[in-house]
Amino acid sequence: MLQINNLHVSIDDKEILKGIDLDVRAGEVHAIMGPNGSGKSTLASAIAGRDIINITHGEILFRGENLTGMSPEERARKGLFLGFQYPVEIPGVSLVNFMKTAINEQRKFRGQEPITASEFLKFMNEKKKLVGMHTNLANRSVNEGFSGGEKKKNEIFQMAMLEPLLAILDETDSGLDIDAMKIVAGGVNKLRSPENATIIITHYQRLLDYIVPDFVHVLYKGKIVRSSGKELALELEEKGYDWLKETGEEIN
Amino acid sequence: MDQSVPQTDLKQEILTLFERNAGELESLSGGPLNRFRPAAYDDFNRLGIPTAKNEAYKYTPIENYLRGEYDIEFKANPFRINLKEIFRCDIPELDTDVVLTLNGFYYPTDQTPALPEGIIICSLNEASVRYPDIFSEHYSKYADTSADGLIAMNTLFAQDGVFIYLPPGKEFTRPLQVINLSHSLNNLRITRRNLIIASRDSRANIVFCDHTLCNQGYLTNSLTEVVLGENAHVDLARIQNENNLSSHIDNLFVHQLRNSDFKSHTITLHAGMSRNNFFVSLNEPGANCNLNGLFLCDQKQHVANFVLMNHKSPHCTSNQLFKGILDEESTGTFNGKIHVWKDAQKTQAYQRNNNILLSTTARMNSKPHLEIYADDVKCSHGATTGQIDNDALFYLRTRGISEKEAKHLLMYAFANEIVSEIFVDVLKTRIIHLVEKRLRRELMRCNYGCR
Repeated sequence: MLQINNLHVSIDDKEILKGIDLDVRAGEVHAIMGPNGSGKSTLASAIAGRDIINITHGEILFRGENLTGMSPEERARKGLFLGFQYPVEIPGVSLVNFMKTAINEQRKFRGQEPITASEFLKFMNEKKKLVGMHTNLANRSVNEGFSGGEKKKNEIFQMAMLEPLLAILDETDSGLDIDAMKIVAGGVNKLRSPENATIIITHYQRLLDYIVPDFVHVLYKGKIVRSSGKELALELEEKGYDWLKETGEEIN
Repeated sequence: MDQSVPQTDLKQEILTLFERNAGELESLSGGPLNRFRPAAYDDFNRLGIPTAKNEAYKYTPIENYLRGEYDIEFKANPFRINLKEIFRCDIPELDTDVVLTLNGFYYPTDQTPALPEGIIICSLNEASVRYPDIFSEHYSKYADTSADGLIAMNTLFAQDGVFIYLPPGKEFTRPLQVINLSHSLNNLRITRRNLIIASRDSRANIVFCDHTLCNQGYLTNSLTEVVLGENAHVDLARIQNENNLSSHIDNLFVHQLRNSDFKSHTITLHAGMSRNNFFVSLNEPGANCNLNGLFLCDQKQHVANFVLMNHKSPHCTSNQLFKGILDEESTGTFNGKIHVWKDAQKTQAYQRNNNILLSTTARMNSKPHLEIYADDVKCSHGATTGQIDNDALFYLRTRGISEKEAKHLLMYAFANEIVSEIFVDVLKTRIIHLVEKRLRRELMRCNYGCR
């Protein structure tokens, strides 16, 4: 589904990613771990199409199609979703209106009629239940005044609404207490299917107790220094990231 | 403007225009209107047109807009207005009582609103003759001609407009919509004068809509005095949608007594130059005033909002919120002052101005301003001018929303803070529609008038 080949990315002429290779197939869950500043969020931004990202080498293929030069909205319509580490507050835009606009733009892209008001309402209530979101939140402005947990829940809610083929969840667990994390993880697990895939970017192993990944990759100084099965996460939890520094130096 | 061309004396031209026509003008106007002309003449002669040296007009080169060839009418234009026709042209047709003015003159229709007993809505000139006592008690009492040349100029030429009187305890059954229309074969100078008297415990919802029916330049000098008696409530919305050849100076004077409540919503969508001046005087304890404004401008439009909020008495509250979206080479000004007098303790007065610039050539000058002589008050002021939030834009786009639609959503959300405060739901819906169309640039590019 997603194939990243020798990806080099710089931001403001500073090279952040220095040759990433990654292969994600339908039905898989990949975890990308690594210390702060290793380039995890930059990788997420590169896949989602943020304009400050400059791909200097390599390519990102999504279902065989090169994403370079494609607008973020086009990527989204083709089935990509980015769950933000810091969801943006948008005063004045209600979550309902936002989701309805997003769904209709995606439907338009697929040549479908706009969703009717009653269909939309039914669909939304279903998804709200799935992620355990409080009813009132939908009528409020997007993320405005939401608590940290509510913001992250809202990301999963949007993912549920948009039903992407590939979801990238950037530090979805940061700042969450155990209860909120269980709800978020529960949402992700319920949405898992053989047709879609998920990339979980996280600093901590904790979330992976609830969402069991098929693969774990360790990103360090812009490169994937180790890839393995889920047991790697446990090893990281035990040893921390310090051992990487030696390994990293060797690779460099 | 080319400085090498010798400028004619605009003030003298205007004085001469008055002198030549004073006979006709005064013979067509009621005595209480004429009574103020000599003082207005002297004041205008002394003050002239405000220049850039006048702080209030520093960023609005008003004289440039007042120059040019304009006709003037001293009596009502015989043009017949087809109501059905004008509603086709983006003028909100609402469930309201409607009165019209044409080129500044009250335009009688056969659809006179059925009003609760005692409420008067009529021509200003007619009111000066039929109700001289009420009229003279308030006319020109709040708009001080000695303070500003443009106020003096309005009073000098004032002949007609809308007169509204609510007796104690009365209220409109439906909102009142005043549609100000301009129609002529040549460029036209228009003077309009309104007087709104809301007696004790009365309530009124009023909306003014300004429209041009022809592709001519209109130079309008409009002045409205509003007086609110004890516990009176007035909510005044104004939609500016004249063509971009037109310049519009609007002066609003609000005089408030104990526990009265005044709210205004000034929505500026079009016109080449719009100058909105607000002078509010909170004279007795418990009065509240909210001034909201939204302006959307592009091309070479200029929009200026000027506020003087006078807190003269303790325990009064006021809130100003003005927001603007400026594109292309448009320019805007916000100049707002809260003046808290020495005895006005426990004042709460707030002021905010937020602007979005969509182009690198648009320009906004903002001057929030406090002047406080009391020592126990809560006041704040602030202004921001920036671009559309890029993080928000990216966030929306990652959900599949196109850049254009995402920008629209953000601009609309920005504007909605003003629009959502509008009192009547039908009007709110209609204004939302007009603002949406304006943001999408579907509303007529008004260079060619309304048709």
